[in-house]
Amino acid sequence: MIIQQLVNGLTLGAAYTLVALAFSLVMGVLGILNLAVAELFMFGAYVGLTMLIAGYSIPVALLGAMLTAAVLSFAIEKIAYEPLRNSPLVTPMLSTVGVSIILQNVATNIWGSDPYQLPDEYLGQRIDLGLFAIGEMQLLVIGAAIVLVALLGFLVERTNIGRALRAVAENRDVARLLGVSATRLTLVAFLISGALAGAAGLLIALHYAAVTPYIGVETGLKAIAVMVVGGVTRIWGALLAGPLIGMAEVLTVAYGGAALRDFIVYGFMIVVLLVRPGGLLSQRGGAEGQRS
Amino acid sequence: MISTYTAALLADIGILGLGALSVYVILSTGQLSLGNAAFMGIGAYASSVLTVSYGLPITLALVLAAVLTGLIGVVVGFPALRLKGIYLAMATLGFGEMVRSFFLNLPYTGGSAGFHGMTHVSVGYIWAWTAGLVLLVFLLESSRFWLKLRAVHDDEAAASLLGLDVTALKVGAFGVGAAIAAVAGGLFAHHHVYIEPGNFGFERSIELVIAVILGGSTVAPGALVGAAIVVLLPEHLRFLSQWRLAAFGTLLIVVLLTRRQGLLDRPLLRWLTPWARA
Repeated sequence: MIIQQLVNGLTLGAAYTLVALAFSLVMGVLGILNLAVAELFMFGAYVGLTMLIAGYSIPVALLGAMLTAAVLSFAIEKIAYEPLRNSPLVTPMLSTVGVSIILQNVATNIWGSDPYQLPDEYLGQRIDLGLFAIGEMQLLVIGAAIVLVALLGFLVERTNIGRALRAVAENRDVARLLGVSATRLTLVAFLISGALAGAAGLLIALHYAAVTPYIGVETGLKAIAVMVVGGVTRIWGALLAGPLIGMAEVLTVAYGGAALRDFIVYGFMIVVLLVRPGGLLSQRGGAEGQRS
Repeated sequence: MISTYTAALLADIGILGLGALSVYVILSTGQLSLGNAAFMGIGAYASSVLTVSYGLPITLALVLAAVLTGLIGVVVGFPALRLKGIYLAMATLGFGEMVRSFFLNLPYTGGSAGFHGMTHVSVGYIWAWTAGLVLLVFLLESSRFWLKLRAVHDDEAAASLLGLDVTALKVGAFGVGAAIAAVAGGLFAHHHVYIEPGNFGFERSIELVIAVILGGSTVAPGALVGAAIVVLLPEHLRFLSQWRLAAFGTLLIVVLLTRRQGLLDRPLLRWLTPWARA
């Protein structure tokens, strides 16, 4: 029974990890909270589902969701972030709220506010492994998340763009002094961030078998908690924190009452912010939290 | 006599204006709170319990709720000292979600079913509070005390070197902001005569911040201007029917791009009030 819950938590955690990575790419490079990531996630879910219903295969739908969200993210950077990059942090954050309001309205008008259902043929079989059963879709969600994280890992650790991203995340000013083009990197960060959010959207849609225009906010806030627990500026922390929060959530629902879930998750996030501002894996007294 | 429709809009502006003012006070010390809806929620529930279950008069209930929430604000303000900028914003966001979850789990106030039984308050009563508190903060702004707050906002280290008690000022701002938000919440509860935890979630907190930034984050009356925009704009966009929220989002971005300090700033305020020029 408990193993079954852990598998469910892992599935949820895999999706959280992707959204948290989408947040932390922008956060690490620019130091701003792009709240529209939550709605890119929602949009990716709808676009992917629409493509599945139109008869495309899951990989094609996943690519479609990623591409749409990446293009939207690119537009957000150009319209709502770039002109505001020198203002106090609350201003670009609110302009991304403006984008969120627009995206939610557009989604409601296109797809309606009732839940949009996954076609029956995708509900899939459950594979019984004795100790626990895992749904085909769950396997797919976890598998796709692993592949995407591996791709991101290759990009960040092995390519020039990735090195530049890490340099900027480590110290923006020094990276600029060393000749890293901040403008180009910003675009790259927004593109990858959008693609990850879009992918996570379709994966969650496959897991829950339905989407509403309001899934963005709830999942988005959870993903922020995952990002904080993993360490805002250390990308790989989310790999630990995503499954951790996913499992904590599923376990509190199973054994402590569903209502306690959010209380525990956000309480944990605040404790981490106060005690380990650099994330769970950081050295004690990391200085990240002091950065304004 | 004003129509019920106008009265409802005016009441919304007054309540949102107070909520925005609570964000403004905290922001004056350079602290961005994304959790002020939680203080509104605490004030709403506390005042409603006092009037409904204990039969206290509304004004007394609001004052008590403000004091209680102000104390909670101070308690929140201390750990907040450890965090800056976006980290503080995320921590207050977490606090807001915790409080919402707390009320969802509190059977005493109805949990997710909400709480009702409050007596309706008039628009005039709401605006007496709103006008009084905005005026109070506005007058405070010309005092030495506010200069100290601005000093903390502009450069904390320098303010501290000048001998200002930065801790007391920042924590105090949290307390005062929380108390103002509690009054806004209490008025909300007694205007709508029904509250549920969902009224005081993340979206509400963001709405308060939008009002402050749109209206003008450098002067107190900016909170009212922003509240009026946030309430009235979607009403005036009704001709766009189902696209009005998208239009609101677009206008929000346009204002942020073209007038970052918000609609109302000091030069405009001085121009609007020629009699105040010395």
